[in-house]
Amino acid sequence: MNVRELFKFTGGVKPASHKAESNQAAIAVAPLSPVLTVPLRQNAGLASRPLVQAGDKVLKGQIIAGPGGSISVAIHAPTSGTVRGIETHPIPHPSGLLSPCVVIEADGEDRWIEHSAVDPYSLPVDELRMRLRDAGVVGLGGAAFPSFVKTQHSPTQDIETLILNGAECEPFITCDDLLMRTKPDEILDGAAILAHIAGAKRIVVGIEDNKPEAVSAMSTAAAKRSGLPIEVIAVPTRYPAGGEKQLIRVLTGIEIPFGKLGPDYGVQCFNVGTACATARALLSGEPMISRLVTVTGNVERPGNFEVRIGTPISDLLKLAEPKADTDRTLMGGPMMGFALPTLDAPLVKATNCILAGSKAMFPPPGPEMPCIRCGSCARACPMDLQPFEMFWFSRAKILGKAQEYHLFDCIECGCCTYVCPSRIPLVDYFRFAKSEIRAREKENEAADAARLRYEFRLEREEREKQEKAAKLAAKAAETKAKLAAAGDADEKKALIAAAMARTQEPKAEEKPSAE
Amino acid sequence: MPSSSPFLRQPASVQLVMLKVLAALLPGIAIYINFFGWAVVVQIAIASVTALLAEALMLTIRKKPVRPFLADGSALVTAWLVALTVPPIAPWWLTMLAVLIAIVIAKHLYGGLGQNPFNPAMVAFCSMIVAYPQLMSQWPAVGFTDFAAQIQAIFGQRHLDAIVMATPLDALRTALHTPEARATVSGVLGSHATFGNIGGKGWEWIALGYLIGGLWLIQQRVITWHVPAAFLGTLCLASLLANLANPDQYAGPVFHMLTGGAMLGAFFIATDPVSGSTTPRGKLIFAAGLALLTWIIRVFGAYPDGIAFATLLMNICVPLIDMHTQPAVFGHKGKAGKEPQR
Ligand code: SF4
Ligand code: SF4
Repeated sequence: MNVRELFKFTGGVKPASHKAESNQAAIAVAPLSPVLTVPLRQNAGLASRPLVQAGDKVLKGQIIAGPGGSISVAIHAPTSGTVRGIETHPIPHPSGLLSPCVVIEADGEDRWIEHSAVDPYSLPVDELRMRLRDAGVVGLGGAAFPSFVKTQHSPTQDIETLILNGAECEPFITCDDLLMRTKPDEILDGAAILAHIAGAKRIVVGIEDNKPEAVSAMSTAAAKRSGLPIEVIAVPTRYPAGGEKQLIRVLTGIEIPFGKLGPDYGVQCFNVGTACATARALLSGEPMISRLVTVTGNVERPGNFEVRIGTPISDLLKLAEPKADTDRTLMGGPMMGFALPTLDAPLVKATNCILAGSKAMFPPPGPEMPCIRCGSCARACPMDLQPFEMFWFSRAKILGKAQEYHLFDCIECGCCTYVCPSRIPLVDYFRFAKSEIRAREKENEAADAARLRYEFRLEREEREKQEKAAKLAAKAAETKAKLAAAGDADEKKALIAAAMARTQEPKAEEKPSAE
Repeated sequence: MPSSSPFLRQPASVQLVMLKVLAALLPGIAIYINFFGWAVVVQIAIASVTALLAEALMLTIRKKPVRPFLADGSALVTAWLVALTVPPIAPWWLTMLAVLIAIVIAKHLYGGLGQNPFNPAMVAFCSMIVAYPQLMSQWPAVGFTDFAAQIQAIFGQRHLDAIVMATPLDALRTALHTPEARATVSGVLGSHATFGNIGGKGWEWIALGYLIGGLWLIQQRVITWHVPAAFLGTLCLASLLANLANPDQYAGPVFHMLTGGAMLGAFFIATDPVSGSTTPRGKLIFAAGLALLTWIIRVFGAYPDGIAFATLLMNICVPLIDMHTQPAVFGHKGKAGKEPQR
């Protein structure tokens, strides 16, 4: 571990970490559930496009859905079996959203599709990126952003430093900790490949200093390697040190403002789990069909499990034996996670933690009181915002003002709510205000699009009218010329009738094509 | 059951904040009792009971839940500040009236907890000093701790001329403002019975008590250092410059900081979060302005202490100060974020 100057981010809080409960046991492999429900919408960006239908036999690792757009990845069968169909099913979402899923009945054989490793350093980087996309690799830190997109950057950008995020600042969650302890080499293999693709010249690993085992495992692994310089840095434990912007700030001193991305400043950040998945995808040819998940909280046997995507969360939770007074199950940590409306939902790539909670663990906050402008929230905010001002305007629905106070810089980390003595659910107000603003913008966009369409149609109609007029004029001229040539009156009449008929025709043709 | 994050909350509450403020006042109050007797406790009791009754009444009228709001302790903080700023031998009805003005008018008519643009205790103080200037400047002599006499003064009709004495600030001003007296600061401070060694006998000790409580509040993160530092720093600077220019006419910084309500103001009044500035730079400006106005009113004005009026004046400026002192948000501290390090 090198000694280097670290930077600080302002704000942040220090809730009890509750890591010890789940980081003691070795990683267990969750048993295969009989039915796996694989949502098509798993990554940030666009949903994937299904490539199988009811009755299809699939093998483990077979692509069952392709990328649905430029920011989208492939999805794979987590085991071998038969596709029951593409069904709408609850997915893990705070509002219990229903979404199309590929439902696979496992045949129990768990037979792999043929797959093979590649030598990443002999392939062009664009090819590697496509392979990552087709292996379904997305960020495993929680946002599930397609990794191949993150390795891309415009020619004006120059990614200097690849940051590996092993901070894992949320209380209770330990899956990255366990991964770093057990697979440091694989993580660094993946990181080296990602750095190669992105053109980075060094790798910096940030780990909160409450994970000494992970720090030493990673340091040892890093020391053994040749190639790109790798630094493993223990960063002070303070939530949200693992926020991407906060970690970049702590490690490099660079602050990335809202609307900018890491590559604009020469850095790019990947979660350690993502690096590991990258190594697996390229060095073993195994796509992302499972992930490490912490199951902890109000359970008898907390621990970390390697779980197939699509496994019902209820099955997973059972492995940890929830206690009788469990009254809610969260996906994610207690600071940024959400309560699952139903345990029916399947595990997705973004699920890093299943946290059973009880009244005793998360006592209901006392009654909400008015804001006393104490400023605690502002001091706790890692984005240097003024939450109480944003709260004031969000509640009054003066959304423009809320935006002026940088509402969209808010990363919804929850620090403000955590410290507020008046127990105001500040983040809820910000989520609400943001969604309100987005909805309005969408409305405006729709209105703009409609207006454009309308103008375009007017223009087209005008153009067609003119073209028609020109045609008619030409015909008329022709007819006139013919008339002049043919002296006969009957022939004249016939020609006029023909001309009339022609002018009618295009009108009839026009109808089906309108809009 | 909240269904949205964060599910963890720090064990903080408005009640805890207010209780800490009350606790921080205790050292100052203890020393106060030592020099001025138990009358101040009687005042605190009158003020507290009045405040709680008024608060309950107003909450009921405004159809708000009485229990949680009554328990939040904010009314008690206001009551204690009123009790500590009126003379300890002020008649009971004066204290009651002051508290009623603070709670009913300055707090609830503006919308209750968190909504008042003016510091309620200071609104009460200003109203009283305008309405009853005589009663508001009758302080017992330091060391006059005869409780029976004090009780009589508070609840009876007894005239207290015998024991009444001007505060150091008052005495100094009266002396300096009387041209024929030809007084100088050192002359007054040296000759007058009201004056102790530094800020006025007894007063400097009370100030020390408030200082200790205030520092504890900073350590507890109930307040930040900005307001007390800017307040005391500015008061110090203003009085020092004036004193250097004309030591006969202007008392020095030590006197100003340790007399009257300077320490109480610095740590307990100017730090009121609701009516004060909220941004770090805003707090500095707010407190510096407050201190400057306090000094001006003390030295040139006609009222015993300037803090109350200065507070109200600065309260008016708060929205403007806050608007112009918004801190830069993450990534916007430089011109367009920090340049990449190459
Ligand atoms: S912490 Fe709560 S009470 Fe304090 S200023 Fe922020 S919102 Fe208001
Ligand atoms: S949730 Fe938003 S406003 Fe609150 S502390 Fe986090 S970034 Fe700041």
